[in-house]
Amino acid sequence: MSPELVIALLAAAVQAGTPILYATLGEMLSEKSGVLNLGVEGVMAFASFAGFFVCHSTGSAWLGFLAGGASGALLCGLHSLVCQVFLGNQVVSGLALAIFGIGLSNFLGTPYVGQGTEGFSKIAVPLLSDLPVLGQIFFRQDILVYLCYALPVAVWFLLNRTSLGLRLRAAGEMPAAAAAAGLNPRKLRALGTMAGGFLCGLGGAYVSLAHMHLWTTGLSGGRGWVAVALVIFAFWRPGRAVVGALLFGGVMAFQLRLQAMGTNVPSSLLLMLPYTLTILVLVFTAARARGARGVASGAPAALGVNIEPEG
Amino acid sequence: MNLSVHKREESLGWGVLVVYLGALALALLLCALLLALSGKPGLGGLVILFRGAFGQAHSLLDGLTKAVPIFLCALGVALSFRMQVWNIGAEGQFALGAVGGTWAALTFSGLPGFVLLPLMFLSAMAFGGVWGLIPAALKLRLGVSEIITSLMLNYIGALFLEFLVFGVWKDPASFGFPMTAEFSSGALIARIAPGVLGKLHWGLLACPLAGVAYWLFLSRTRLGFELAACGEGERVARYAQLPYGFLVLLVMGLGGAVAGLAGSIEASATLGRLQPTVMAGYGYTAIVVAWLARLKPWPIAFTAYLLASFRVGVEIMQLELQVPAAFGPIMEGAILLFVIAGQFFLTYSVSLTRSAPSVGEARS
Repeated sequence: MSPELVIALLAAAVQAGTPILYATLGEMLSEKSGVLNLGVEGVMAFASFAGFFVCHSTGSAWLGFLAGGASGALLCGLHSLVCQVFLGNQVVSGLALAIFGIGLSNFLGTPYVGQGTEGFSKIAVPLLSDLPVLGQIFFRQDILVYLCYALPVAVWFLLNRTSLGLRLRAAGEMPAAAAAAGLNPRKLRALGTMAGGFLCGLGGAYVSLAHMHLWTTGLSGGRGWVAVALVIFAFWRPGRAVVGALLFGGVMAFQLRLQAMGTNVPSSLLLMLPYTLTILVLVFTAARARGARGVASGAPAALGVNIEPEG
Repeated sequence: MNLSVHKREESLGWGVLVVYLGALALALLLCALLLALSGKPGLGGLVILFRGAFGQAHSLLDGLTKAVPIFLCALGVALSFRMQVWNIGAEGQFALGAVGGTWAALTFSGLPGFVLLPLMFLSAMAFGGVWGLIPAALKLRLGVSEIITSLMLNYIGALFLEFLVFGVWKDPASFGFPMTAEFSSGALIARIAPGVLGKLHWGLLACPLAGVAYWLFLSRTRLGFELAACGEGERVARYAQLPYGFLVLLVMGLGGAVAGLAGSIEASATLGRLQPTVMAGYGYTAIVVAWLARLKPWPIAFTAYLLASFRVGVEIMQLELQVPAAFGPIMEGAILLFVIAGQFFLTYSVSLTRSAPSVGEARS
C-alpha cells in the first residue's frame, strides 16, 4: 500500500468512527445513570431517517442533524417511560425499542429510498490542515467530526466535574442512597437516557447527512450494537471510547474501500468483519479485566436494575 | 390526591386478560395512527390486517404454518430467559440450523427420507446448538455479556448462510440466483394434505413434541427445578450451590438446537432448498413471543400463532395497501413495549389516596 492510500484510509477511518463515537458516548451517559439501553440500533436507524427527512424538506443540514438528535431523545423517552414509570425489564424494553425503531425508519422511509442529500461537506481547517499527514487525516473533515473531537472531553467533564454528573452517577451506582439524599433517581435516569438518546440520534443523523449523503434502509448497519459493546470495551470511560470508535471506524473504512476497489473476497465475508471484531473486542476486554484482578471494570453498580417502589 | 403503588399480594386472575387486551389495543391504535400519518387508511388498514390474518380458512392455515418456526425458536429463547440468560441469538441459530440441515441434505442426497430427514434434523440441531454454545462458553469462561455476542452471531450466521449460497453451494442451474439446488425427494418434508390444508406440513409435529418436552423438563425433572431456582440470577444461584454453569450451557445449547431444528424445517418444508429468503426474522419475533407469553408453554403457542397470523395479515396489507413490509416489525415492537408497560399492573396495584403522603408512597 502506498503512503497516500494509508493516509486516505486513516482519514476515512476517522469519519467512519464519528457516528460510532457519538452513539458510544450516548450509551455511556445512559448506562452511567443506571439504564441499559439496547435500543441504540433502532434509535440510530430512526434518527438517520429523521435527519435525512428534515434536511430534505427544509434544506437545512443543521436542522436535520438536530432533528436526528431530538428523534433519538424521543424514542429513548419511550424506554424511560417503560422502565422508570412502569418498571419494565430494561433488556426486553431495549430490544423492543430496537425492533420498533428499525421498523419505523423502514416504514416511513420506504418512499425515499436511494434519494441523495447535500448534507454536510468537508471544511479544511486553516493552518492545521496543512500539517503533514495529521492535517490530511484529522483536519480535512466536516464540521460534525470537529464537534466530535470535543465531545469525549465534554462528556467526561459533565460526568466527573459537575454536580449534575455526580447526581447522574449516583442514580446509576446507588439509587436508594440517592433517593435518601433527597434526589429523584428516576428522573435522573430518565434524563440520562434521553440525553444519551440525543447523542445516539446525532450519530444516526451523521450517517445519512455527512457520511453516506443519502438515505436507504438499513443505514445504521449494526453501529448501534457496536456502540453498546464499545461502552464495555471503554470500561465506561469516555477517553477509551475514542480508541474503540477509531478501531471500528478503521475496519468499516477498510471494508468499504475493499468493496469499492473490487476484490475477489466475497462481500458476505467482508460484511462479517465488524461483527466478528465486536466479539473479539469483548473477549479481549473481558480477558484484560480478568487479568487485572480487583480492578473494577467500571460498570455502574445498579446498571440494568430497576428502582422498586417503596412499600 | 396522591398515587400510591403497592406490590400485589395475590395474582390478578382474569385481570391479566384485561391488561393484555388493553395493551394490544393501544399498540394497534398506535399502528393505525402511523398508517394514517403515511397517508393510508388507519382503522381501515387494521380491518384489512385482521381480515387477512383470520378471515379465511387458508389464512388461518398460513398462520399455523408460519407459527411453527416462531414457536420452536420462542421455546428455546424462553428456556434461557427463565434463568435470566439473555439469548438473543435465535435468528443466528436458525440460520446455522438451516445450513446444517442443508449440508446433510446435499451430502447424503441419495438416502431415503426415513434416514435422511432424521439425519438432517440431527445435523441442524448440532449446528444450531454449537452456535448457541459459543456465547454461553464466553459468558462462563470470561464473563462476556451473552446479549451482545449472541446478537453479533445473528449477523455472522446470516452472512455465513449467504456466503454459502452465493458461493460453493450455488446451483449452477439457477441462472446466477443465490440458491442451492433443489433438495432430493428424501430431504423434503411432505405436506399434510396437499391442496386441502394449504402449505401445512408434517414439520408441525415438532411443535407439540418440543412443547411437551419443555413442560416436562421444567415441571418434572430435578434440573428443571434447579433452572427455575436460578431465575433470581447468577449470584443467588451460585450461593445456593446450583449447577449454574452447567445450566447455562444446557439452556443455550438446547435453545440453539431447537432454533436450528426450526431452520432446517423451514428450508426443507417451505422452500425445498436453501436460499437467503429463509431468514424472515422469526428469531426476533420469537423473543417478542417468549416475553409476551411470560415464558409459559401454552401462552407461547397461542402468542406464536397470533403473531404469525399478524405476519400473514401484513402480507395482505402489502398487497392491498402497498404498506411497506416494515409494518410487521413496528407492530411487534409496539405490542411488546405496551405489554411490558402493562405488566406493571400485574405486579403492582395503584390506588388514589386522599391522605397526606405516608411511608408507603412511591415518589414519582
